[in-house]
Amino acid sequence: MTIAVIQFGGSNCDRDSVQALESMGVAAELVWHEDGLPEDTTGIMLPGGFSYGDYLRAGAMAARSPIMADVRDAAADGTPVLGVCNGAQIGCESTLTPGAFTTNESARFQCEHVHLRVENADTPWTAQYEEGEVIELPIAHGEGRYEITDERLDELERDGRILFKYCDAEGEVTPEANPNGSKHAVAGVTGERDHVAVMMPHPERASLDDLGRTDGQPVLDGFAD
Amino acid sequence: MTAFTATVTVRLKHGVLDPEAETTQRSLERLGFELEDLRSADMFELDIDADSADAAADRADEMAERLLANPTIHDYDVEVMARE
Repeated sequence: MTIAVIQFGGSNCDRDSVQALESMGVAAELVWHEDGLPEDTTGIMLPGGFSYGDYLRAGAMAARSPIMADVRDAAADGTPVLGVCNGAQIGCESTLTPGAFTTNESARFQCEHVHLRVENADTPWTAQYEEGEVIELPIAHGEGRYEITDERLDELERDGRILFKYCDAEGEVTPEANPNGSKHAVAGVTGERDHVAVMMPHPERASLDDLGRTDGQPVLDGFAD
Repeated sequence: MTAFTATVTVRLKHGVLDPEAETTQRSLERLGFELEDLRSADMFELDIDADSADAAADRADEMAERLLANPTIHDYDVEVMARE
């Protein structure tokens, strides 16, 4: 099995993602978007960065590049897909996942550690956590505010499609603990089926034993299941 | 075929927060201007050759649906003018 980490012009978490996956014993390779998906692809990661310079809207251009048609086909066939940060923006822009990530409430780029509460521990990406568990991951984004209609968001909540919410260290979801003004403090959601997911925080940046916290490992382990 | 320019204006839907517009408004107020509200929008001018203004508008409309606007957060409108 090999996880394809897709590189667009402007991706910058691609190598970190491969390194994090391989450190956990999950085979991964960089795939340039113009080269198409390798035949032995068993999972797809859309990494963070600034694809196409965030022109128009973050993720808008990459979402419409030809390889994304392959990604959608693979996802429909059951191949796990995880989008992180710019990959999450690409996931929503390509309608693999619902909603949109847009300008932070602060109108600033924010690079900091945040606490997340696990909302649904019954997905491949969260199965190693407990529901309600609080983890700590880094964020680094200017367009991470989750937007969607109230009706749609209620549906997602009801269907258990919210993976993580921003919270304080005790697991309380408060306005102060919401770094970007996301609706319902949403930090990550799944697609129609839960083998497709996106999240703004970076699990791959908290996955190497040598670099302190490894709270993100269980997310990436979703590819190994 | 006739030459048209289609102007596509993409705005945030009513009720969607626009932090950049709020920051711009605050900045104008710091410069001493008085204003009640400020809304920002993106505008695209598309030069299109088509059989009719309606055909040009339809093509611009599809471009807005497929790329220029994100239906989750945006509304848009299209205006078509003959191009010299």
